[in-house]
Amino acid sequence: MMDLIAYVPLLPLIGFAVLGLFGKKLKNEALIGFIGSATVGSGFIIALMIFLSMIGMPEENRSSIVHIFTWIQAGNFSIDLAYQVDQLSILFTLIITGVGFLIHLYSIGYMHGDRSFYRFFAYLNLFIFMMLNLVLASNFLVTFLGWEGVGLASYLLIGFWYDRKFEGTKIIWTGDAAKKAFIVNRIGDFGMLVAMFLLYTAVGSLNYADINSAAVATFPMGGAMITAITLLLFLGCTGKSAQIPLAIWLPDAMAGPTPVSALIHAATMVTSGIFLVARNATLFSLSPTTMAVVAVVGAITALWAATIGLVQNDIKKVLAYSTVSQLGYMFLALGVGAWTAAFFHVMTHAFFKALLFLGSGSVIHAMHEEQDIQKMGGLKKYMPITSRTFLLACFAIAGVFPLSGFFSKDEILWHSFVSGNYILWGIGVITALCTAFYMFRLYHLTFSGKERFDHHHVHPHESPITMTLPLMVLALLSAVAGFVGIPHVIGETFGHIPNYLQEWLAPVFATANAQLHEHHGTAAMEWGLMGFSLLVALTGIFLASRKYNTNAYNAAEGQPGAFAGFRKLLWNKYYVDEAYYGAIVEPLHNSSRAFLWKIFDVKIIDGMVNGSAELVRMSAEGLRKIQTGVVQNYALIMVIGIVAVIGWLLVQL
Amino acid sequence: MGALLATLFLPLAGAIALLFYDREMGKGIRYSALAFSLLTFVCSIFVWLGFDASNPGLQFVIQQTWIPQFDAGFRIGLDGMSLLIVMLTTFIMPISILASFNSIHKRQKEYYIMMLLLQFGMTGVFVALDTFLFYVFWEVILIPMYFLIGIWGGQQRIYAAVKFFLYTMVGSLLMLIAIIWLGMYAQELTGSFTTNLLILRDIGPQIPAETQHWMFLAFALSFCIKVPLFPLHTWLPDAHVQAPTAGSVILAGVLLKMGTYGLIRFNLELFPQASEYFAPLLCTLAVVGIIYGALVAMVQTDIKKLVAYSSVSHLGFIVLGIFSMTPEGIQGAIIQMINHGLSTGALFLCVGMLYERRHTREMSEYGGIMRIMPVFGVFFAIAMFASVGLPGLNGFVGEYLTLLGAFRSPFLNTWVYAIVGATGVIFAAVYLLIMFQRVMYGTNDNPKNQALHDLTANEWFQLVPVTIFMIWIGIHPPTFMKYSEQSTRALVGKVESATRGTTAFTKELEQRTTNDRAHLHPEPAMVEQH
Repeated sequence: MMDLIAYVPLLPLIGFAVLGLFGKKLKNEALIGFIGSATVGSGFIIALMIFLSMIGMPEENRSSIVHIFTWIQAGNFSIDLAYQVDQLSILFTLIITGVGFLIHLYSIGYMHGDRSFYRFFAYLNLFIFMMLNLVLASNFLVTFLGWEGVGLASYLLIGFWYDRKFEGTKIIWTGDAAKKAFIVNRIGDFGMLVAMFLLYTAVGSLNYADINSAAVATFPMGGAMITAITLLLFLGCTGKSAQIPLAIWLPDAMAGPTPVSALIHAATMVTSGIFLVARNATLFSLSPTTMAVVAVVGAITALWAATIGLVQNDIKKVLAYSTVSQLGYMFLALGVGAWTAAFFHVMTHAFFKALLFLGSGSVIHAMHEEQDIQKMGGLKKYMPITSRTFLLACFAIAGVFPLSGFFSKDEILWHSFVSGNYILWGIGVITALCTAFYMFRLYHLTFSGKERFDHHHVHPHESPITMTLPLMVLALLSAVAGFVGIPHVIGETFGHIPNYLQEWLAPVFATANAQLHEHHGTAAMEWGLMGFSLLVALTGIFLASRKYNTNAYNAAEGQPGAFAGFRKLLWNKYYVDEAYYGAIVEPLHNSSRAFLWKIFDVKIIDGMVNGSAELVRMSAEGLRKIQTGVVQNYALIMVIGIVAVIGWLLVQL
Repeated sequence: MGALLATLFLPLAGAIALLFYDREMGKGIRYSALAFSLLTFVCSIFVWLGFDASNPGLQFVIQQTWIPQFDAGFRIGLDGMSLLIVMLTTFIMPISILASFNSIHKRQKEYYIMMLLLQFGMTGVFVALDTFLFYVFWEVILIPMYFLIGIWGGQQRIYAAVKFFLYTMVGSLLMLIAIIWLGMYAQELTGSFTTNLLILRDIGPQIPAETQHWMFLAFALSFCIKVPLFPLHTWLPDAHVQAPTAGSVILAGVLLKMGTYGLIRFNLELFPQASEYFAPLLCTLAVVGIIYGALVAMVQTDIKKLVAYSSVSHLGFIVLGIFSMTPEGIQGAIIQMINHGLSTGALFLCVGMLYERRHTREMSEYGGIMRIMPVFGVFFAIAMFASVGLPGLNGFVGEYLTLLGAFRSPFLNTWVYAIVGATGVIFAAVYLLIMFQRVMYGTNDNPKNQALHDLTANEWFQLVPVTIFMIWIGIHPPTFMKYSEQSTRALVGKVESATRGTTAFTKELEQRTTNDRAHLHPEPAMVEQH
């Protein structure tokens, strides 16, 4: 049964090959769309079958390794292409293929009429293949293959419309945004490479199973080595999962078509970092320093991005910052050792954020590529399905009971509170307030109030069924997914409902949890905090609705005022991009051009080479003058020479 | 035996045969040259098939006395490393000849004679088992390459050709001195002067360290110029930019590998103690070269110059791998030689195709080419990502293993080289993606670029084979690496026993291997010391 897992990545790979090689000849959108979606859909069915059979198995049999072939072998170093099917990877696989399938389906409608329809589906299939390698890998190097592979797919898809312009700091074309994403990610990949070298040196293997079992014996708690390894791994995570300091690429990645933003830059790829930490929870649990760094970076990123999201006017940019912010939550969870909570939020976020992006795609589609929410408004009349599913997703992300986001977010906040990180908990709560506010600002400016678009040019309409069906399925999931992870206090109250997710994942995190201190809070405290965070969410919703659910809104309003300076800071994203360009990129470019190339290479090295050639030429010129052809001169020189030699010999004697 | 001789001499026979062609029959000359190179490739496949990968020693050995006075002989043979590079040579040549069909219009007869002579010389370098024979082949190559750049090159071809010639000559003169010195040392030891590498291989490690150092330097200088190792690289951008496309492909694909091949075959094998002594120096230069080459590539506006500087960066990885003196590092270096030949060769082919169409290499002249040449764009992108070192394509395998080797090397005994070298993966993405953005993406609004046609049949034949191997090596490198595995292990064993005196170290290594297998580190505290 487990061996079937190989087909899950294989099918999208075949889809990629078929569409990439023959897609142009197929010409038929329906057929191309079918191939693209069916490969992922059947992968989902296979994964589901495996998952169901795993449920029936005893706990200790749920993890197995499926060997495919030996990938790299040199000297003592040997790495297999092998997949590890266990409780963690199968859930990721289900999310990737499930949400992936829905987004493929949606794309059939969204990309209709695009001249490179086949290319889009080929790239999407490539992405799914690489993403599955990332999560199914049984060792670091195969994860790295997927890790860079999704980066490639992301690059290709961000720059999919490579001849379109895109606005951003130092960005003119969509391709510039793609390039930025790839390069920023490579900085993270550098960290991962070095971490892998260190791990291999220390443990002698790159297999997750070996590392997990050897870690506790190999690395002393809090040692320098384990801290270095985990911090370097985390550097990789900050790249892929867009955390400070490498978060800057994700908002620009919105240059890609909207289904890409939903699939890659919200639901799946950006959660790779969470996967990597969760997969190596044991390593991270051995370094309290790294855990603290992860938690603090996560919390700060969450707040940083949420505040920027408050003032953005591009519908996709708001969602992009929201994604960065939610990913921050997930790292906060990991940092306080709430592994399950982090994964729980990965899952619920995949549903509601994919829904939000697809909904925004539906809006952009209806508005003829308009993305500025100041030029929207009142769309709910025209787009009933889109607006309702979008609203539901907004409630979910804001954390309103009993939607999925409530449970996952609350679990994160609860764990940060009981672990004693009150400041981080506070940041999380403020972020929750911001989240509720900017989401409902977005909702109201888009769907409620006065219609601010030009009726002569824009005729909003509901999207076709291939697009609305995924919205409805995702809406259902966003609503109910939270019930797999019901907190104990609620479960106890309503008749012993277990926290299914926690029980399922417990074996994966057993070793890691053994390294951490357990924290307990009272049930009353848990109820209280739960109520408090619900109150915070409702406050945010209320404030946003009062301000933006009105016909009176106009774009110019609110720009000046008490917070004008702060507003400008947020609008310019705290000038992080500008700082990076000014402090790193430009000096590097300028010194490489002006000094390394123009002076060091051309003047100094080549100058020496040409100079020595010149020296030879000049001395030859000089020597040539001695060749006068006058025999007497030669004789004179000979005599001088002989005298000199004899003189020297005499001195020696 | 026959197959190896045929692989070596067929190109020479081809060159001689072409002498008798009428210079007017351009098509006949072109296709005959192609036929000879293809036939050579077929012969080399027989060598490949006859090669025993489990044998670490030299195979297909042929020995004939040539100049008995100083025991110089015609001695050739292959080990795993030379096999792979010879295969690369015979593979690259037909493609280079194909790439010349549309770009070379003047003096075709001489051109293809030079190409075949070049192949003869290069194959000779990789199979020679005699220092004198090696030297002869080494010098033979200079002549056709000088003319290829000097006659069929760009506007400053004479400057570039002379620079190439002089740079190489300076190095090879020192090498000649070292070859003689080495022979004399053999005479001291065994009573007879020799250039027989099979004997010298055993004599080399017995030379006292002081003497080894000088011989090592003489050889290394010659090879490092060829590689080229920073700061001896400045002939390369000029030679590449001025050379015709096929010249650049061969230069990057094969000629540079003569340097890295020599470093392994001579420096590492003959002078292990000196190698250990100089490894930190060479690795430092290699790492500096990785970053320097990348930074300078980043600011180029000429596509061909960009790719040329990228070679400086990529070859740095190879040198780093070699002087890590670990099986992983050397195996990585060997496969990286092949990889660089394929991916940089492919990049030069692509640049050549653009140049054929527009006669400019300035990036600002392009933009939005993807729209008008989509198939070309796909091949260009694959070559680029192979060069970036993306896992799944060939470049990654080599870069990863060379860095791993450097990281774990007991000779270097520090992580610094590998960590600093690893930053090269960031910069590689920077300069190549900048190039791709400027040339391929954006809109095609230069009026001169409106009517460009996509790939021709000829160009398909150039790019498809290279691309197949780039993907193959990326997905399943053992197909190729297993051929050099045993000879590399033997070499490392030799170096270790020479430098560490006893077999104790080898045993320790064996012990480490067992531990690796058991996936347990014996003493965790050791890790902290670094």
